[in-house]
Amino acid sequence: MAYFIQVLIDAVALGSLYALVALAIGLVFGVMKLINFAQADYLTVGAYSLVIPTAAATPSMMFGGLPWALMIFCVVLSITVLALITERVAFRPLRNTDPTTLLISSFAVSYFLQSLIIMFHGGRPKSVSIGAALTRPIDILGLRVGGVQFLTMTVALLLLIALVLFLKRTSIGIQLRAAAEDFSMARLLGVAANRVIAIAFAISGILGGVISLLFVIQTGTLDIRMGIMPTVYAFFATVIGGIGSLPGAVLGGYIVGILSVFLQAYLPEEMRPFRDAGVFTIVILILLVRPQGLIVTSAAKERV
Amino acid sequence: MRIFERLFPVLALVIPLAGVVWTIDQFGSASVERVATEALIRLVFAIGLYIFAGNSGIVSFGHMTFCAIAAYATAWQTCCAMLKPITMSGLPAFIRDNTFPLLPAALTSIALAGVVAFTSGLILMRLSSLSASISTLALMFILNVIYSNWTTVTMGSSTIVGLPVYVTIWIALGCAVLVIVIAYLYQVSRWGLMLRAAREDEVAAQASGTSLYWSRLIAFTLSGFVAGLAGVLFAHFMGTVSIANFFLNHTFLIVAMLVIGGMQSLAGAVVGVTFISVVIELFRRAEVGFSVGSTQISIPAGSQELILAGIMLLILIFRKAGIMGGKELRWPWSVRDDGTVVGVGQVRLAHSADSHR
Repeated sequence: MAYFIQVLIDAVALGSLYALVALAIGLVFGVMKLINFAQADYLTVGAYSLVIPTAAATPSMMFGGLPWALMIFCVVLSITVLALITERVAFRPLRNTDPTTLLISSFAVSYFLQSLIIMFHGGRPKSVSIGAALTRPIDILGLRVGGVQFLTMTVALLLLIALVLFLKRTSIGIQLRAAAEDFSMARLLGVAANRVIAIAFAISGILGGVISLLFVIQTGTLDIRMGIMPTVYAFFATVIGGIGSLPGAVLGGYIVGILSVFLQAYLPEEMRPFRDAGVFTIVILILLVRPQGLIVTSAAKERV
Repeated sequence: MRIFERLFPVLALVIPLAGVVWTIDQFGSASVERVATEALIRLVFAIGLYIFAGNSGIVSFGHMTFCAIAAYATAWQTCCAMLKPITMSGLPAFIRDNTFPLLPAALTSIALAGVVAFTSGLILMRLSSLSASISTLALMFILNVIYSNWTTVTMGSSTIVGLPVYVTIWIALGCAVLVIVIAYLYQVSRWGLMLRAAREDEVAAQASGTSLYWSRLIAFTLSGFVAGLAGVLFAHFMGTVSIANFFLNHTFLIVAMLVIGGMQSLAGAVVGVTFISVVIELFRRAEVGFSVGSTQISIPAGSQELILAGIMLLILIFRKAGIMGGKELRWPWSVRDDGTVVGVGQVRLAHSADSHR
């Protein structure tokens, strides 16, 4: 029973993380029909911004050496700026093209950023330790919970709640949701296109920054591909949730996160390396039953 | 003459290719020949991807899956008779203990890739086009996870070495010509035209009696076979097979080639692969360094990737339909307005390509 509850906490922690990434992708998709591959590289760049660009395997700290509040601020700010730059340079000129072209262009942006990181940091993984104090297990109601899992879960849930309040209660949040629902109608009613798109990208940058920090605390390594797995999972979260639906993205994020942790915990030992394949297969099977996703929106079907 | 005009889009691609290959074979150095052979194999793969992505308008990021499946299948059958029982002990006994002739091994490997494409297509082609695009990525991740961890059969993430190397530049050319012809015959066929109609307007095509599902599934399966052929060629060109070669980097390269050349026409695929292969080779040499007078000049490592991504973005922003603009090369002196003179398929193709822009 205690094992089950620990697994459950892990599952909620990972699910919340995926839900956040999926929400970032869902918001951007909502306002400009772009599935943003480069979200993976926002995560990676965020993590790499902790260290000074060298080819060394244990590099000295850049943002990672600052006091923690300043560190979080600097990382989040630089990723937000990066997200806004990619929007301005690469995605704005393509704004009215079809989703497939946008998807390919974000693939190109992602490759570009990845090559930039390799150029400055070298391609090999690096080790970095921040927040070592947080990795100690803590006791809650007689259960020993990993400090990192607890932190991840708390931060992710708080961010999720903050984001929901922002989307539901503030004027700009409501504009964002309106734009995600029907972009041209929202514009006719006075929503400024450039502003909502910039805000969607800024949010995806902020989330990218925070999530990259959580990942580094968890794994203690930097890797060129570290952003890819969470982002690809988040893609599937948005697809099974119903593409274009924000609650669907969160729901999908929890589904893939929880599935992933439960498969890891309950698969027989020799099957565990195949966990990711299992999650993707289940996701595809869900799509077999509901090809439009769990929550179907107007964005799923092309208007005639 | 009419036959010549009808086949012109194919001949205009095949003859220059053969000319270039002949020139390289006669006058080029061994390294140039190697680069050209690799480019031709990439061309086979790119055309495989084009058969699905170009005609249906759904980009697939997962075609490396079929390439990998065929490459591993041919490796299992033809490689290293002595080591196989030790390194790949999990193979079924009749494969583990026997070595198969090259041609049957190639054909069965291609068939396996095609069968996997068909089976996965049964599920994926039910999805809307954007979801299908993303789900092809899932396919590649599933295969990558399985093949990197299935140590007793695929040797995990280590490289299988010792495959017979038989792919010369002429074999690569022959396969490229074959798939160009297949792709062309498919796209002017009834099913190809239906799929292209669905690409332009899903609703109108469905209203005219096109089944999105079946037309997409046929293209997906055919492109799976062709990608499988590319996988076999890769395996027997390199002499090694490693799952790391069948992942995102290579996918990006081929998608970039297609996009830059122009995703919506066969000529675009050929032009894109040729153009990018030349650009990459130039930058690769510049990264190694060359000397002007007495000074050694080289550009920083990794700039080749940056340039490639940069070119791709510029093309997407300023010339979305790629270098060829979605057009085939056409016989320049034909009477276009008169459908009896120009091949029927060509008129419709030309029309769909023009109206799209």
